[in-house]
Amino acid sequence: MLDDDLIRRTLATALRTGGDFAEVFVEDKRSSSARLDDGKVEELSSGRDRGAGIRVVVGDTTGFAHTADLSESGLTAAAGAAAAAARGASEGTVVVDLDRSTAPRPNEVRIQPADIAKSAKVALLTRADEAARSTSGAIKQVSARVADSRRRILVANSEGLLTEDDQVRTLLSVMAVAMGDAGMQTGYETVGYTIGWELFDRVDVEEHARTVAQRALTKLAARPAPSGTMPVVIGPGGGGVLFHEACGHGLEADLVGKGASVFAGKVGQLVANPKITLVDDGTMGEEWGCFAVDDEGTPAQRNVLIQDGVLTDFMYDTLRARKEGHRKSGNGRRQSYQHLPMVRMTNTVLLAGDDDPAAILAGTERGVYVANLGGGQVNTATGDFVFGMTEAYLIENGELTEPLREGNLIGNGPKVLESIDAVGTDFAMGHPGMCGKDGQGVPVGDGVPTLRVKELTVGGTAS
Amino acid sequence: MSSPSLVELAEQVCSWAGDDEQVEVYVGRGRETQIRVYEGAVEKLATADSAGVGIRVVRDHRQGFAYAGTLDEAILAETLADARDNAAFGDPDEALGLAIPDGVAVPPLDLFRPGLADFATEAKVDLALELERAVRGADARIVGLEACDYEDGSTETAVVTTTGIRVESAETYCYLSADALATVGDETQTGFWFSLGRQPDELDAAACAAEVAVRATRMLGATKPASARTTVVLDPFVTAQFLGLFGFALSGEQVLKGRSFLADRMGETVGAPVLTLVEDPTNALAMSATGTDGEGLATRRVPLLDAGVLAGFVHDSYTARRLGSASTGSAVRGFSSTPSVGTRALALTPGDRSPEQLLDDVGDGVLIASVAGLHSGVNPVSGDFSTGAEGIRIVGGALTEPLREFTIASTLQRMLADVQAVGNDIAWLPMGAAGVSLVVADVSLSGR
Repeated sequence: MLDDDLIRRTLATALRTGGDFAEVFVEDKRSSSARLDDGKVEELSSGRDRGAGIRVVVGDTTGFAHTADLSESGLTAAAGAAAAAARGASEGTVVVDLDRSTAPRPNEVRIQPADIAKSAKVALLTRADEAARSTSGAIKQVSARVADSRRRILVANSEGLLTEDDQVRTLLSVMAVAMGDAGMQTGYETVGYTIGWELFDRVDVEEHARTVAQRALTKLAARPAPSGTMPVVIGPGGGGVLFHEACGHGLEADLVGKGASVFAGKVGQLVANPKITLVDDGTMGEEWGCFAVDDEGTPAQRNVLIQDGVLTDFMYDTLRARKEGHRKSGNGRRQSYQHLPMVRMTNTVLLAGDDDPAAILAGTERGVYVANLGGGQVNTATGDFVFGMTEAYLIENGELTEPLREGNLIGNGPKVLESIDAVGTDFAMGHPGMCGKDGQGVPVGDGVPTLRVKELTVGGTAS
Repeated sequence: MSSPSLVELAEQVCSWAGDDEQVEVYVGRGRETQIRVYEGAVEKLATADSAGVGIRVVRDHRQGFAYAGTLDEAILAETLADARDNAAFGDPDEALGLAIPDGVAVPPLDLFRPGLADFATEAKVDLALELERAVRGADARIVGLEACDYEDGSTETAVVTTTGIRVESAETYCYLSADALATVGDETQTGFWFSLGRQPDELDAAACAAEVAVRATRMLGATKPASARTTVVLDPFVTAQFLGLFGFALSGEQVLKGRSFLADRMGETVGAPVLTLVEDPTNALAMSATGTDGEGLATRRVPLLDAGVLAGFVHDSYTARRLGSASTGSAVRGFSSTPSVGTRALALTPGDRSPEQLLDDVGDGVLIASVAGLHSGVNPVSGDFSTGAEGIRIVGGALTEPLREFTIASTLQRMLADVQAVGNDIAWLPMGAAGVSLVVADVSLSGR
């Protein structure tokens, strides 16, 4: 993407004021999306973002600047601005020779979405719309979106690293609105992978749309969710965000380092039921949070965070790893070249356990079964988290009875980890997600088997 | 910032339009500084210029869009070509089309402070360091800060269309914010607050620090309450978040597409008589104020609720045409997306009771100090909501013990009807609605 000599000169400029580490991150991203709403293909949209972010580190201070101008003068100006923001006392480091490296790709991309005719993208949306509406006359509105992106990055730094990655993502999302006697209800589902248009060789668009429509229809009969503390069974796949919020963010080393995590100082301790083994894995084939290298050029890795209930490690980016003398874990990510990297999750998964999923449900007298969770949020310092239930059912005498309307679940991370008393054998990945932290969004994945939390607070309106 | 001006650049692209097409060019350019300090030193300092263009083409009643994160001339031409090509694939819709000048004058808002450029980076760093010191010094229980930030920016935008729109605007902003950790024993609580302005000398680090300290320490010792139905007093910051959700149901786009529970209620009573709500981006006190909208029309004051009666929706040109109304100047966007309909500066008409008087009136209830997960726990289509919350119990009109790890739930419809009083403490926050204390009866509180 850039000439090696130009990169080297840019790094040298960045280190002119005495920096002890400099990095050039170049990104060229093309994206396209098509949207259908209200029965019409509203528009096709295409976008291009290209530029470089340059950072200089001196001790604990980072200077950063970015530019959309990838000419020598543009890069020199950005390197100079980053250098001016982080001045060192000494002469600074010398850039060592760049050593081009290639990390193994987590998966292959067979069909570049850019090679697909726009008319074919639009046709998918129309099929989704027709399939959802044909499910029932009660489906009053459908919106659908198909989106793809190709993000090529280059990372080079003063330690001699020079590497590239080529990340392709394709997704389809459908939302349906059903109208009943008691008002409107919605159904929603997204499917997406770090692959190309071959996604649609395996996704049946009509079936996807009918599933969404059925979800909205089911909710028409839903009653208000109960309120209070009760057992909650989380279904396979749909509940991965539980761990993302309940402990994932608290295991990010930058938050831990500032004392803003309830898990600080607990490595080696039992923090969860021994049935729990939690892994953050950037190498999981085609999953949404995968890449060959992270946005600091570190190859994706599989990191065991909790093993049999014992906290084994945190996730790291380059700065935190340098500061603590820890190995980099491949968790340094950023939204774009306009952002500094920080510690982020990739695909966060709870490994399968030994319990029979059917027995978990049958053994639950009264509670809530959550088939799908929506977005969530956590305060890592207190461990208190919250997330929305988008598809849930009442459990009575060990069986699913009535569908429930939307509500939030809340809990405290460390308490919930201890309170999980069953982990099923039926692991499944969840939906493609977007994780927000400190104003930056990055794509992440998650997955869980069926599991039961003995006590969680369900925030409904029924008494 | 340098020449050519954004308007000239946008006019140039418009001049490339063919006879059979409408072209809209939205260009933006900005410069920003972000500073985070930690334990008396700069942790990160970022400065950057950025720019971009979004081009919409409407031809044969079909719309296409493309954007690029640069104003490079070769890429401008390529972006127009992409947008034009994309327009061939949309479905035709008679109502599609760009905004047409409607004669409403752009309000003269003073949102740009040339003085921002004169503040040295060192002075900005000092402000952040001063805030960090003040927060640490405010209370012995504050043991650290998770984040202590100074940020500013200046942005310029221009919209030019082949239908006669030609507007430009500029604004500056800056803020200080801190997220502090307070600890007693092995319990930690956090508190976040900010100070806003359009140039650094409008910021108040001392007041910000005092508020951060109060928010971080007042939750220490919090317990989980028993489930109950209760009256709540929403903190102004919480009210503003709820108003933002309500704004979704007032969007002409959601009404048009059958996704608003208010769609058929125009002229009917939908809320308590104490509720009078306007959308007013022409109020320069709002940080989100702007004189022109995303399609280049003048913004204006839009009455939405009049003493509880639904009085209006917000529209852009498209939803107005579809619904036989006029645009209210409510198109919102950045350069990387097409306009959509949204609210920017919602404000309730304040009442005459102070927050203390409201507590007195309520007697027993819960002050909701903050909410978490409102975005995930609300369905703006059905109106159902449920959100994680923290707060302080109100007993006999006085604030007593702190409470955490509970939810509050209701429906937006019922909540509108259950509002009992609006406070007199209107506050302009960094969001699309003004904050004010709000008393809401009969909310489900879910805890133990």
